[in-house]
Amino acid sequence: MTCKELVELVTDYLEGKLPNEVRMHFEDHLSGCKGCTNYLEQMRETIRLTGRLHEENLSEQQKDDLLNLFRDWKKT
Amino acid sequence: MILPDWWDASRLVFELFAWLVVGTDKIALSRPAHQQIIQAVGMKESMHTSEVEASLINSLRAGDESAFTWLVEQYHTALVRLAHLFVRDSSIAEELAQETWLAVLQGLNNFEGRSSLKTWIFTILTNKAKTRSRREQRSIVFSDLEHGTSDSPTVDPERFNPPTADRSPNHWMAESKPGSWAGIPEDLLVSQEVMNLIGQAVAALPENQRIVITLRDLYDLSSDEVCNILTISETNQRVLLHRARARVRQSLEKYFQPEN
Repeated sequence: MTCKELVELVTDYLEGKLPNEVRMHFEDHLSGCKGCTNYLEQMRETIRLTGRLHEENLSEQQKDDLLNLFRDWKKT
Repeated sequence: MILPDWWDASRLVFELFAWLVVGTDKIALSRPAHQQIIQAVGMKESMHTSEVEASLINSLRAGDESAFTWLVEQYHTALVRLAHLFVRDSSIAEELAQETWLAVLQGLNNFEGRSSLKTWIFTILTNKAKTRSRREQRSIVFSDLEHGTSDSPTVDPERFNPPTADRSPNHWMAESKPGSWAGIPEDLLVSQEVMNLIGQAVAALPENQRIVITLRDLYDLSSDEVCNILTISETNQRVLLHRARARVRQSLEKYFQPEN
């Protein structure tokens, strides 16, 4: 497996979707390739950091609308 | 009276214990304890924890406004954003999200917990949005998603030795090998600047990739859940996710290691 091939299989690898034989080639390659090891680590880090993105807060108008919706529902 | 910290902690432990032993339907957690549990397990984990969900659902059924506020703060913006992919008009997207909340409240008694609460809410929204978009005859999203499978490389081919090279063809060129990020301090990794950078990178993605990475990596839905919500194949989902993550990674790499 070449580095160029490996980088396109990273997501399949992380998702556990590589066929066994391909996964073995993938891991063999990793054990001898610092560049690809770093690439995989960077992808993992990217996923972790993306997960920390926060949504913008709700506007007061949205909060009011939703609270009214809740209170109306409670009355029924 | 000011109570020491251990007071809160021990009360929380006691309540959790009582709750596990007696069961969620028989004992209502006091509101601070409920919030502490959510904080203690973290937002994402909390939504995977069926016990916490059960407690949340019980609170909602009992008409607890703080439970509703918490839920809405977690997901309303996400719902509006998701709806916006199906309908052009922002006010309709907002309306669809509101209709979803009403459907959630009205359906609480029938919710059996076969999926997570989050998936259930997102699915209600998607179904509503799809119906609405059919009415508006805007079905761009589906076709875009199905056309997401282009096979252009996600890493600049210039960074690899040419296929005809004598030594290590298609392997990283010595000068453009990815570096390790292990030495970057956590403070910098999670800094506002980096978060903004990721936000911009995600925002700049094609619509189909953006929605997939948002659902998977921001809202932490599983691959199955995303495929169901968007009615796309698993392979297609994975390709879109791969391309999206690769683009975000590239932005981060440019920032951390501009020399590459």
